[in-house]
Amino acid sequence: MARKLLLEHINVPGINTFDVYRQNGGYRSVEKALKTMSPDAIVEEVKTSGLRGRGGAGFPTGMKWSFLAKPEGKERYLVCNADESEPGTFKDRYLMTYIPHLLIEGMIVSSFALGAKTSYIYVRGEMMPQIRILERAIAEAKNAGFLGKNILGSGYDLELYVQPGGGAYICGEETALIESLEGKRGNPRIKPPFPAISGVWACPTVVNNVETIAAVVPIINDGGEEYAKIGIGRSTGTKLISASGNLNKPGVYEIDLGVPVEEFLYSDEYCGGIANGKRLKAVVAGGSSVPILPANLILKTVNNEARLMSYESLSDGGFQSGSMLGSGGLIAFDEDQCIVRNTWNFARFYHHESCGQCSPCREGTGWMEKVLHRLEYGHGKMSDIDLLVDVAKKIEGNTICPLGDAAAWPVASAIRHFRDEFEWHVTNPKEAMERNYGLAKYADPLPKLEEVSQ
Amino acid sequence: MLSVTEHKDINFSSDLVKQFDDIVTRYPEGKQKAGLLPILHLVQAEYGWVSPEAMDKVAAYLNIQPIEVYEVATFYTMFFLRPQGKFVLEVCRTGPCCLVGAEKIMTHIEKSLGVKEGEVTSDGKFSWRGVECLAACGMAPVLQIGPEYTFYEKLTEQSVDQLIEDLKNKI
Ligand SMILES: Cc1cc2nc3c(=O)[nH]c(=O)nc-3n(C[C@H](O)[C@H](O)[C@H](O)COP(=O)(O)O)c2cc1C
Ligand code: SF4
Ligand code: FES
Repeated sequence: MARKLLLEHINVPGINTFDVYRQNGGYRSVEKALKTMSPDAIVEEVKTSGLRGRGGAGFPTGMKWSFLAKPEGKERYLVCNADESEPGTFKDRYLMTYIPHLLIEGMIVSSFALGAKTSYIYVRGEMMPQIRILERAIAEAKNAGFLGKNILGSGYDLELYVQPGGGAYICGEETALIESLEGKRGNPRIKPPFPAISGVWACPTVVNNVETIAAVVPIINDGGEEYAKIGIGRSTGTKLISASGNLNKPGVYEIDLGVPVEEFLYSDEYCGGIANGKRLKAVVAGGSSVPILPANLILKTVNNEARLMSYESLSDGGFQSGSMLGSGGLIAFDEDQCIVRNTWNFARFYHHESCGQCSPCREGTGWMEKVLHRLEYGHGKMSDIDLLVDVAKKIEGNTICPLGDAAAWPVASAIRHFRDEFEWHVTNPKEAMERNYGLAKYADPLPKLEEVSQ
Repeated sequence: MLSVTEHKDINFSSDLVKQFDDIVTRYPEGKQKAGLLPILHLVQAEYGWVSPEAMDKVAAYLNIQPIEVYEVATFYTMFFLRPQGKFVLEVCRTGPCCLVGAEKIMTHIEKSLGVKEGEVTSDGKFSWRGVECLAACGMAPVLQIGPEYTFYEKLTEQSVDQLIEDLKNKI
């Protein structure tokens, strides 16, 4: 069994308290960083580790940190993104609930590395229990001298605050999050300028996901080189995967990047196979925004290679036959699920969550929801299917923030891979209201190359 | 649309204002507007919703224009702009939860409470609504109840009935 870096002590009774966390080696990285390392050395260590942002985009964290502007006389901020709203993703909630001090520890080391004297953890407002947990953990850490003035006698001061959101998926997007933190509507900003130059209150700001910040702890404890030994290729380290849908054992798992998808889905160590003895129809690998893949394509690439849980392998085949690791929110669909209904549900979600600033996103998501609704409820026309593809294309790449793409990809990929199911809804509207399409050709064997590329 | 329900003569208690005072110390001088969301949460926890009158008072407290509060309160889905039942059952209605029966749970709640989404039961005790993914898809189906956003997982029709029964017996 692989070594766990983030969840190693998750089952230790009382690990959510400072004392137990400390007894299990907690806050060592703060001592090491503040007493023996310079901020630049920490950034270098994170670069060496190859750590990539765990919030969805997978951008190298060390590089992101090195872009932070450091003008004289201006504060710098680290903001932790704990908005966790991407459907299918629930790893940050898990981490904050059960091992909150890991996030606090990571925030201290990361803030020191970036030269931030005030840092915020922006938590979605619905996670009020987690907000309470974090506030308590912060008070404990402060009491023990790990926060506040002159931490461990190093001369470094840091205040850490928890900020609640108000219920809006878009506030997970980093510039919308910054707007929200400033007490405004969560409208994404036009980039550039990037937050690294002008973020919170026009000061240089780094926004990082909860899991990214937590991963800094083992990187500092063991060294970036050790961290980089785990995983495969440019997908280094471990990753938390939130697994949901029709699985025997849904939940949060820490994997070494590079575990085969098949092993992750079917082995008893992880998800334990599809629930109720059913067969797998489709998988969304990295949160609702990434392309959905039929079972055969999630298990193997079109070149008949085993697909792995890594950034590269999941995106192998591009949008024709691949997907993305995204936030690590894996959703499994069994043979009884309706792809049209799920696509409509996701389209409804994105329409509801569009901030409304850009017309392609505001109007396009509404159109997609409407057209998918009529397909699902038996009033669709054959031309609706291409209409959806057309609307998705018109949104993609034409908006201020990536929510537009995030809304377009699930629709485009569902039609790309499950077109016959959409057509069946049009040709058999009555039947489609009574039963689902079923598994069809998606389980096995692998389709021929020509069939998946169009 | 802002609610037309009146909420006259509202005065924040000194205890509530003390909590506001604590919140605004978290931000640099002059950036107190950042306290708006946390303050609106406190107001809603106190009154069950955020009325136009309460928003005006918050604007005065933060020394910002009332419109700056309205636009925020209307943007975020957590803020109720009209009175709700004492307990608001918020059920996740997004894809992953629907794969394991969230729609059935919502239909059941509608039947049990006898009110449609967004309406309040005649005794004023309950309302319910669908909300988007609550970051708990592995424990689906799920619902939450404010103001502390207590969480109920792996819902079944039976567990929902039990929950409603338990809440009925609370004051
Ligand atoms: C619509 C949208 C929603 C997002 N939601 C989240 C989120 O809930 N949590 C998160 O960490 N990142 C989210 N992101 C990504 C952030 O914009 C940002 O890339 C991330 O917080 C950077 O942190 P990382 O480099 O540590 O991954 C979202 C992006 C978009 C476009
Ligand atoms: S793409 Fe959508 S969510 Fe993003 S800024 Fe434009 S309208 Fe808002
Ligand atoms: S879809 Fe319901 S909690 Fe995520």
